[in-house]
Amino acid sequence: MARLTAENVELATEIIGRYPRPKSALIPLLHLAQEQDGHLTDDAMTHIADLVDVTPAEVLGTASFYEMFKMEPVGRYMVNICTNISCQLMGGEELLEHAESTLGIRPGQTTADGLFTIEDVECIAACTEAPCLQVNYRYFHKITNGEFDQLVSELRSGARSDIPAHGTLAQVRQHIPADRQAGSVVPENTEVPVWLPVSEDGNA
Amino acid sequence: MPESEAPPIDGVSVEINGHEVIARKGELLIDAAERAGTYIPRFCYHERMKPVGMCRMCLVEVDTGRGPALQPSCMIECTPGMKVDTESEITKKAQDGVLEFLLVNHPLDCPVCDKGGECPLQDQTMAFGPGESRFVEEKRHKEKPIPISDLVLLDRERCILCDRCTRFAKEVAGDPLIHFINRGNNTEINTFPDEPFSSYFSGNTVQICPVGALTASSYRFKARPWDLDTTESTCQMCSVGCRISIDSSRDEVQRFAGVDIDPVNWGWLCDKGRFSSEAVNADGRLSEPLLREGDSLVPARWSDALRRASDALAKASSPQAIGIIGGARLTNEDNYAWAKLAKGVLGTDNVDAQLGDGLPAEVVLGLPAATIDDVCAPGGTVLLLAPDVKEELPVLFLRLRHAAVNDRVTLIEISPRTTGITSLAKASVQPRPGEVGELVRALVAGSNADRDIAGIAVDEINSIRSLLSAANGPLKVVLGRSSVAESADAVVDAAAAVIEARPDTRFLPVLRRANVRGALDMGMAPGVLPGRVALDDGRDWYESRWTKVPATRGLDTEGILRAAADGRIDVLVLLGADPLSDFPDQDLAARALTGARTVISIDTILNASSRRADVVLAAAGFAEKAGTTTNIEGRVNTVSQRVTPPGTARPDWMLATEIASRLGTEFGFSSPQDILDEIGSIAPAHLGLSIEVLATSPDGIVLPLDLPVDEIAEEAIDAAIEEIVDEVVAEIEAEIEEPVDDFIDVLAMADDDGFVPGSTPRLVSFVSDAPLPVPPLDSYAFRLIATRKLYDQGTIVQSAASLAPLAPGTSLLVNPWDLDRLGVAESGRVTVRSSRASLTLSVTSDPGVPRGAAALVVSQADVRVGELIDVGDPVTEIRIETA
Repeated sequence: MARLTAENVELATEIIGRYPRPKSALIPLLHLAQEQDGHLTDDAMTHIADLVDVTPAEVLGTASFYEMFKMEPVGRYMVNICTNISCQLMGGEELLEHAESTLGIRPGQTTADGLFTIEDVECIAACTEAPCLQVNYRYFHKITNGEFDQLVSELRSGARSDIPAHGTLAQVRQHIPADRQAGSVVPENTEVPVWLPVSEDGNA
Repeated sequence: MPESEAPPIDGVSVEINGHEVIARKGELLIDAAERAGTYIPRFCYHERMKPVGMCRMCLVEVDTGRGPALQPSCMIECTPGMKVDTESEITKKAQDGVLEFLLVNHPLDCPVCDKGGECPLQDQTMAFGPGESRFVEEKRHKEKPIPISDLVLLDRERCILCDRCTRFAKEVAGDPLIHFINRGNNTEINTFPDEPFSSYFSGNTVQICPVGALTASSYRFKARPWDLDTTESTCQMCSVGCRISIDSSRDEVQRFAGVDIDPVNWGWLCDKGRFSSEAVNADGRLSEPLLREGDSLVPARWSDALRRASDALAKASSPQAIGIIGGARLTNEDNYAWAKLAKGVLGTDNVDAQLGDGLPAEVVLGLPAATIDDVCAPGGTVLLLAPDVKEELPVLFLRLRHAAVNDRVTLIEISPRTTGITSLAKASVQPRPGEVGELVRALVAGSNADRDIAGIAVDEINSIRSLLSAANGPLKVVLGRSSVAESADAVVDAAAAVIEARPDTRFLPVLRRANVRGALDMGMAPGVLPGRVALDDGRDWYESRWTKVPATRGLDTEGILRAAADGRIDVLVLLGADPLSDFPDQDLAARALTGARTVISIDTILNASSRRADVVLAAAGFAEKAGTTTNIEGRVNTVSQRVTPPGTARPDWMLATEIASRLGTEFGFSSPQDILDEIGSIAPAHLGLSIEVLATSPDGIVLPLDLPVDEIAEEAIDAAIEEIVDEVVAEIEAEIEEPVDDFIDVLAMADDDGFVPGSTPRLVSFVSDAPLPVPPLDSYAFRLIATRKLYDQGTIVQSAASLAPLAPGTSLLVNPWDLDRLGVAESGRVTVRSSRASLTLSVTSDPGVPRGAAALVVSQADVRVGELIDVGDPVTEIRIETA
């Protein structure tokens, strides 16, 4: 996998159109690239740099700041198990250990079939539901070892169509009609934001 | 007096450590304090870049009426009544803390670090630090060092993440190829994988790095700062005239660094300038004269070599049979001595410092001049009729970039192909080669154009026309030779059109080679004499000061080479010139070197032309001789000697003086200063210039001197009168055989006689001839564009080990539309045929090249562009065939 596909370039162009400056679309485009390949490839980052007119180094600088952008290949399912204080008290570490032994990998590793990567994460803001975990950032609350095993087997069998492959943020994609797009302009050269006159006309 | 102590109107009164300081309006506290003598320690702050407040080292206690609090002094502007304490206990504790934290991960490898001894972190830890660390844990470890470009290495362990290099890359150079990567404790500076920091300005990051994180591959482990001897000088890799410091150790140049002068380089250098330090000690430097014996050049004694040279000159059949090419490598003093030898002793005006790749001297010297500061003045409009300044005059590019990005300067570019500055220009058009004059005439015309011109659409012409007419204040033009494949006539015609339509326009002529402007100023061009005067205007002035002046205007380089090729040149002198490599028309250059009876080359390193010379005199090079140089603006500044020339190599002025002496004329020069004194007393534009005047202005002096010229002229007149009076007195005394006391009477007599001492000749003014007609468009032919890259096969680049491999080479660049039309695949091989020769090379699609044109880069390996060019043609037409 490499650069964005033709279909994704079309999406990228639409996303860029939502912002006054192309550069503002950087993070949405990184998500798009991660959705395409499961992680961020160098080629995709170079392609995005071209699309939003920055250097690849600037793209990498931004992408590498965020934990959820992966620079290396990860499994189809990214399992984040919380071991922070509330989850730890409620058995988070035991859950992690169970996950490690069930899947046969250590945190940060990916199973040989390329399906699962586990990570131990800090608080994911579901302390009332401890111990909790996320699969591709979808929450699972008060997980027992049995429930974990069942979740794994459901994911393996493809029964969980509600959880898309790693990188897909939402299964419903936002579309903004062309007449509501901001369009790429240099803000300094524009007195009134370009989208405002549209709203005033009542066309929006 | 209370009035004199009151703050100036725009000033802001602040109190720093109990003393009142008047800050400028909007001035940062850190700057105001430094100006008042209180240095606040800092790492990230740099006066030529925007503050970021990253390092926290400049925290000081500031009280703006709400009680004292620690604030970063690089981030706050002075406000009235602000009370600042830079030495309080709290400030000291903050400085201690910041340094202790910075040293948590900074390795203490100072003994093996290049920066040790000149390291702000080391120095400020000594001055402001806690002395001891409480940190006993393991420091961060990373691979050290990693190359981030061919020239710069990065040691991430030493990095304190001050954001100086990354800010420089983004803000100043516009090449954000290095960036903070990762987050928190893992943050580091790095490039994108396989995309190096290949900026033309990367070396500046080494200079501004406040620790030893960024080091230059050429200087690593070469010397320690305390062993270095330093002299200030002016860079000679191009004609911008950046101020530099030359550091040497053991009589060897170790490195160059930028010195901040306001009107020129702001402390920055390009990598070509910075790393040309390696070329000073290059292998192959000539250390003794060489004489031809049969097929080879053999070492000789100076007396024999000089005799052979002066005999050849003395035996020349006529002054017109002598031609002298070159002068850009020389200092002003060297050039003056050679001009005096050529024009005042030999009597030939066949002298040209340019190699047919620049502009006529009358254009350079005669147009109303603009300085770099004038061109970059906020809010102005600049018309670029110039080559790619990023490739040819990189630091001028930095200044123009700053002007466009930060100072609302409107850049309008008219270039044969897109350049490094195109993205910064408000408008950029690429007219067909040879037709720029006609286009510019339409752009400055009183009314809108009604048709396409030079391949540019009428709408585009009119929109640029309105940009130009909306310009605030006088228009500024950066004028140069964009492509050596077309004659200079078109661009001269364009300049004429601009000045005719808008007489208040001012010009910055951008010739490329080091001291080419100084050489022209010193009369190293046909039709001019030292001090920017035309031959005819200055004849009387110089005939009374030199022994003679050429009777008629001589030939330029093209003319000299043609004459030599026809066997009409007995002696051809190459002053650091290599026409075989650098003259646009290589066939002509080759025939000239064969046709000239004796070729004398004076150079630092053997080049293609000097290998064919009969006499080679070894010259002292940059950093090996003192003198002055003149930059594109006409600004004179000093160049200094730091090391000894190799072997017995001698400065060029000495050779001219020696040859003149052998020809029976004693110049009486025994040092460059003697020559400067003579220049300052007789060269009209340089009157009043002296080493003392230069010493008062480290920024250099733009000639002619503003104030003193009239005074100096008057002084000269007074001196002349005195001389006459003395003569007359002596005559009268001899006649009446008794002393005359009443000088006043004699003076009155002299005046009554209507005696007018020679007034200084007027300076050169701009003239332009009608350009040669351009041939009609031929739909099968392409017009050739020949441009330059920063790194090429030039002698100095190739002598600097770090720079030599950076020359990018060239392929034929053609617009994708034409490529399609030709049916040639990208990177396919093609044969390029001109009226002169044909070359086979690969082709690359490049949308920056206009349709109907094709571009090549000159002076690159394997592709001898000069073989295609006939300098007699206004444009070079080529045909492209699949090979």
